[in-house]
Order: sequence, then C-alpha cells, then structure tokens
Amino acid sequence: MASEPSQLERLQRRPSVSLSPLTALGIFLVGLVLVWLVVNFVKTPADFYELFLIGMTNGAVYALVALGYSLVYGILELINFAHGDVFMLGGLLVATLVTVWGLDSKSAGVLWALILLIGLLAMAFCAILNTSIEAVAYRRLRNAPRLAPLITAIGMSFILQNVGLVWLQIWHHDVRPTSVPDVLPGGTVFTIGGVDYSWRRAVVIIFTIPVLLLLIWLVQRTKQGKAMRATAQDREAAAMMGINVNRTISFTFFIAGALAGAAGLLYALYITNVRYNEGFRIGLIAFTAAVLGGIGNLPGAVLGAVLIGLIESFNNGLGWFTPGSDWSQSIIFSILILILVFRPEGLLGERTPEGA
Amino acid sequence: MGRFRDWLKARPAFERESRRRAKRALYVGGPLFLVFALTGAMSFALIWVTLVALALYIPPWSMLRYGRWVVPIGVFVLAILYPFYLPNLFEVPIFGEFPSVDTGVTMLIYIMMALGLNIVVGYAGLLDLGYVAFYAMGAYTAAWFASQHFSGVTFHLGSVGVGPDVPGIHVSIWLVLIVAAIFTAFVGVIIGFPTLRLRGDYLAIVTLGFGEIMPQIARNGDNLFGHNVTNGPQGINPIDPPGFGSGLHGAIGLPNDYLTFSATIFGTDISSVDLFFWTALVLVLFTVFCSVRLRDSRIGRAWIAIREDETAAAAMGVPLMRTKTWAYAAGAAFGGIAGAFYASFKSGTFPDDFFFNISIFILCMVILGGMGSIWGVILGGGFLAYLNQEGLANIGGWLNEHFSGQSDSPDKWFTIWASDLDVPLYQFGIFGLILVLVMLFRPEGLIPSSRRKAEFHEGVQDTPLYDTQQ
Repeated sequence: MASEPSQLERLQRRPSVSLSPLTALGIFLVGLVLVWLVVNFVKTPADFYELFLIGMTNGAVYALVALGYSLVYGILELINFAHGDVFMLGGLLVATLVTVWGLDSKSAGVLWALILLIGLLAMAFCAILNTSIEAVAYRRLRNAPRLAPLITAIGMSFILQNVGLVWLQIWHHDVRPTSVPDVLPGGTVFTIGGVDYSWRRAVVIIFTIPVLLLLIWLVQRTKQGKAMRATAQDREAAAMMGINVNRTISFTFFIAGALAGAAGLLYALYITNVRYNEGFRIGLIAFTAAVLGGIGNLPGAVLGAVLIGLIESFNNGLGWFTPGSDWSQSIIFSILILILVFRPEGLLGERTPEGA
Repeated sequence: MGRFRDWLKARPAFERESRRRAKRALYVGGPLFLVFALTGAMSFALIWVTLVALALYIPPWSMLRYGRWVVPIGVFVLAILYPFYLPNLFEVPIFGEFPSVDTGVTMLIYIMMALGLNIVVGYAGLLDLGYVAFYAMGAYTAAWFASQHFSGVTFHLGSVGVGPDVPGIHVSIWLVLIVAAIFTAFVGVIIGFPTLRLRGDYLAIVTLGFGEIMPQIARNGDNLFGHNVTNGPQGINPIDPPGFGSGLHGAIGLPNDYLTFSATIFGTDISSVDLFFWTALVLVLFTVFCSVRLRDSRIGRAWIAIREDETAAAAMGVPLMRTKTWAYAAGAAFGGIAGAFYASFKSGTFPDDFFFNISIFILCMVILGGMGSIWGVILGGGFLAYLNQEGLANIGGWLNEHFSGQSDSPDKWFTIWASDLDVPLYQFGIFGLILVLVMLFRPEGLIPSSRRKAEFHEGVQDTPLYDTQQ
C-alpha cells in the first residue's frame, strides 16, 4: 500500500472528489437499466406500452400497501410484517363477498354501489383487524428491545396466513388459489401506440388517486394528522404536549389497515385470484417499494411502488436481455438490498443521524 | 480433607436447593404422573424414565466439584442409548409414541441449525431471517461434491458406496462437511460485509431478501448462463452416503458404508438410520462445544457486548463490523454443516426444501427455548422439530379420535367438529402463535440464560428511541 496521504493533502483533495466510486457505480447501473429500456422500447414499442400500463396498475396497488408500511414505520419504527397478510385477508373478504353475493359484470345497475359497499367493508375489516393486532401484540412491547416487536410481527404474519387458509377452507372449500368472478367493466378508455387502455386498469388508478389525496389531506391538514406527525417525530415530547400517543398510534394502524383493505379490494377484483400466502410476497414487494422511496415518506412510498411495479412488469414481459418472471422476486430483493446498503434513506428520504 | 470440609459446609445449601427442586418437580410432574396412571399408560419403562429424569434434575449438581458435567453427560448417554431402549418405551397420552430414530436424526439436525442461529441471534443479537440460505448452501455443497451431478469429470476422494468408475465428483462426506462449513462461512462473510452495517430491523429485512433469493437461484439454477448448477426443480440426487471406507472398517471396525451397514448389538438390530443418529449426535455435541467455547471466548464476550449496547461496545474498542461478521460466519458454518449432513441423510437436495418458512421455523426454536441459552435452544429445537415431523400428526390423530364426527373409535368422547381436522395444516399458525406468546409473556424463553433474562426485564438501551415510558 502506498504511504498514507497527510491530513493536509486529504483536506485539499476533498473538494475535487465530487463523485464517489459508489455513486459512480450507482449511476452506471441506472444508466444500464435506461439503455436496456430504450433498446427494448425501440425494438417492441407495443409490448413496452402494454407493460408500462400493467406496471402502473400494479404499482398503484403496491402503493396502497406500501403506504401502510410507511405510516407504521414512521410512527413506531416497526416493520409490520403482518401488514401484507392483513391486505391478503382483505382480498379474501372481497373474494368471498363477491362470490357469495353472486356478482358478475352483467349485474350492471347495482354493481357499482355493491362494489363500493364491499370496498368499504373490506377497509373497515382490515382497519379494525390492524388496530386490534397493534393493541394485542405490539403495544405491550413498546419499551422492549427492538427485536421483540419485530419477532411478534412475524408471528402475527404466520397466524394471519393460517387464518386465511382456514377462511379459504370454510368459504371456498379449497385451500388452493381461488378465482374471483370478474366484475370490472371491459371497455377501452383510450388507445396508445396500438395498445388499448382498458377500464379494468383505469378503475384501479381511478380508485387509488382519491384515496391517496384523502390520505395526504388527512396527514397534512387535519389535527389528527398533526398528532401523527408529532408522535412520529418525538413520542415523548408529543405526549408532553397533550397528545394521546396510544390513540394516535392506534389511529395510524387504523388508517394503514384501511389502505390495505382498499388494496385488497383492487387486487382481488383486478387480478381475479386470491391465495392465502399471497400477502407475504406482496407485502415484501410493497415494503421494498416503501424503502426505495424512503421509508416514512408518503410520496416516496408511492413513487417507489410505481417504480417497483414498472420494474416487475418490464422484467416479466420485455424480450431483449431480460431475466424473465422466474427471477422477478430475486430482482426485487436485490433492489431492496442495494437500496438498503447504498442509500438507506431511499430516493426521497432524508438522511437521519443513524444513517438509515 | 479440605474438600470434604467444604462439602460439609455447603451441605445445607445443597439440601435446601434439592428440596426446592423436588417440590417444583412434584408440582409439574405429579399431575402428569396422575394423568399417566389414570389413562393406563403406567409402565415399567415410565418409572425408569421418571427416576432418571428426577436423578438428573433434583440434586443441584452444579454445586458439586465436577457436578456441572453430570447433567450434560447424563443426557448425552441417554441420547446415545436411545435406539436401544426406544422399542420398550411407553406411549405418552395425546402425543402418542416417542419419536422414531429417523425423526431423531431430523431433530438433531434442526437442533444443530438452531444452535448455529443462536450464535447470530442469541449471542450477537442480529436478527437473521434468511438462515435457510446457509442451510441450502450446505446441502448444495454436498450435492456438488458427492454426487453424479458434474458428470463431465470423474474425481474420487475417499468416497464410499460408489464404484471407482462412476462419473461425477465424489468426495468423502466427512470432507464435504468441512468444505460446506468453510464455503458457507465464506458466503456468510460476503453477505455480511455490506449488510451488517445496517440497523437491526433493516438487517432482518436484508437477510430475509437473501433467504428468498437463494431458493430462487436453486430453482432456476439449471440454466445459469448456460450452466446447469443446481439441476433446477428436480434437485440433485442421489447423494453419496457417509462411511469410513474399508480401511478403517478393517482396522477398528468403523462402518464401511452407512447405507449397507447392518449389525446386532445387545439384541437390537442396528441399521443405517441409527448410524446417522449417532453421527448427528456427535455433530450436535461438536456444535455445543463450539458454542460454549465461542461464548466464553474474547469474541463471544464482544458479541454479547454488542448485543447489549452497540455504542458502548464500540466506545470500549470492540470492532463492530469484524465482530458481527465473525458471528455471521460462525452461525453460517453450522448451518452449512447441518445442510450438508441433511442432504447426505436424505440422499438428495431439492429447492423446495428451502422455503422462507424454515428460517422462521428455526428462529422459533431459538426464541421458544431462550435466546442465548444452549439448553433452551436444544430443547426448543428438539421439541419443535418433533412437533413438525410427528407430534402434530399424532396430536391431530388423538384429537380426531376423541372429538371428530367421523371417528368410530370406542375412545370417542363427544363430537366437536364434523369431519376430521388436518392439524399439520395449522403448523405455521401454531409456530406464529408460539412466537407471539413467547415474546409477549416470556421473552427470555423456556430455559433462559440469566443474562438475556435481565436484558428483557430490566431493558437495555439499545436505542434511545425506546426508553420513553408511555
């Protein structure tokens, strides 16, 4: 090894080094991805448009789940592993209600009202479920070592998976993936590059955007939202200012659960297929999205979710130099690992003193 | 004579402690014994088992000079003799028969993995949710070095049970175990190097990511850039059995080849599964030995210091990254050995054996038994592996016999559910419930290490965020 540069040399050199090797590597990787996208776009534009639309739609669903992770992490610094399974149970509830009430796309008149009702039921169900999980499993552990609530969350996730399994057995008499009757409208909204943008997909976006706006309004403009932000910043100080911390945390879990219920509704209706162990996978994808955008940061979670949705669909569908759907999980987790290692604050997050 | 005088002085304390333990044994064991007596399961073997257990438990052996060896050696001897007295054992109410030797091998392998994970989670306090990755790597190491997978080359080194002309790499399983340990430890270091800088919960997520990626690589590895590395979903089999070869067989009578071995000792037929059982026992003993020595070593004390307060440990000069990486490597090595041995025992390795659930399953063992406590982890690992292999099915059978509408057994009590329950279907719910209940009500586990217990009850300031009282 060469002789160590002196303190002075190091100080002098610092301003000139504006690009660390790590950043350079990151930019290089992002550049490669862009080249890959452009080449694929030029080769098969129709596929590209189609996959873009699929990715946006999936991303919208992921965003709703990711926001739940982000909200809870923001306030408790807890990765709520059970969140994905709450989402899954919401999907199962929707599937069961749609099947039991015998809905299909032909019963047009009352359909929208019923779907809205089912959505509200699913949201209420998931919200109450999530709040009770917090009250039963996490509240007692608020002052325990950090790993304790995390392990409890994993345990809750497994319990909920088993609840889903029993649910499928009771209501659908089969634990295998259950198909949901297709109730979304079929027509085309507009055509882009020879690819139809169907109402099925539009509905997902149309439903998601108001929910997101409502959430932003809730967090930014209402008194309860202010309490949430204060509790997230400093729980003790918030308590001293007269904020009921327990109720605020419960409320956060309630909102996160409602978002998961909405996501469950969209997922069940759009994918038209539910399974009891799906929550874990989607939950991890959504968590990756939340980390990608900067965990605890709400616009970041949405951005991350859309990016992850796009990456997944491009990887599953594009032709030129694409690993394909066999590897999509590995790719998403590699992104998670790379983000956590190289930029733990995420795309939009702020660097905290702890570095994560 | 001085020693005898010391003993006389210590005797009242010894007797007091014995009485205390006898009372506790009576409170726990008395009702159990009554259950046995009432259900007609009382037998000669049961009385023997009870007497041995009482002799091991009641006298506070650790107060005697070499007493701390009595319980471990007693348990070890009982374990060695297990295949001999198993056929004479009684049936336990609800749980049914004692685990078979085959289940015993699996239990020991899981105990070994749980002990390995205990180094990472229990000693160093790093939550690893992807431990199955190391298990998988160990299994695939065995598959690469002791099967016909790489049929392009023919290489034999001390292998048994395969002809000298059989293609593929065939290395003696004993060497493969060492190779697997080194390889997985190395991979552990590589994985740990970038990730161990992360805070606890982020580390958990990253390890979980690795635990998910690894099986996917195994599943899709039949065409990695044109090479068949893992043979995809079919997995790799057969894998060579362990054995000592004809040289050692002739010289000191060690078994030549486990699969073809048969003998009769004390009137009991010894087959290959018994040999696997004893080998696994030796491996577990080795793991326990390493765990104890590591825990009490300089690096072990550094792990515990990091677990209790990372900032303080760093301030006292403990190199954080290096110490954590060593914990990771040590834990990974035992996972690798267990995986390689399991692959040889099952004579094959398949990507579906390495689901994420297994990581949680092993974590559950460590947490149920008590993080950082070797006896606890052995108990937790053995019990949960037994439940998974036989116990749940047995309990389910008992429940269905007594409460199912389909049951026509004379022992039926009354109907609670109409058709038979499939209890093993609920295994992950049960494991999840164990995780939640233990964390809520006894976070230090069934047999806690005193140090860990204090941490959970008095709290350690591992982050400044959690010291606020609500």
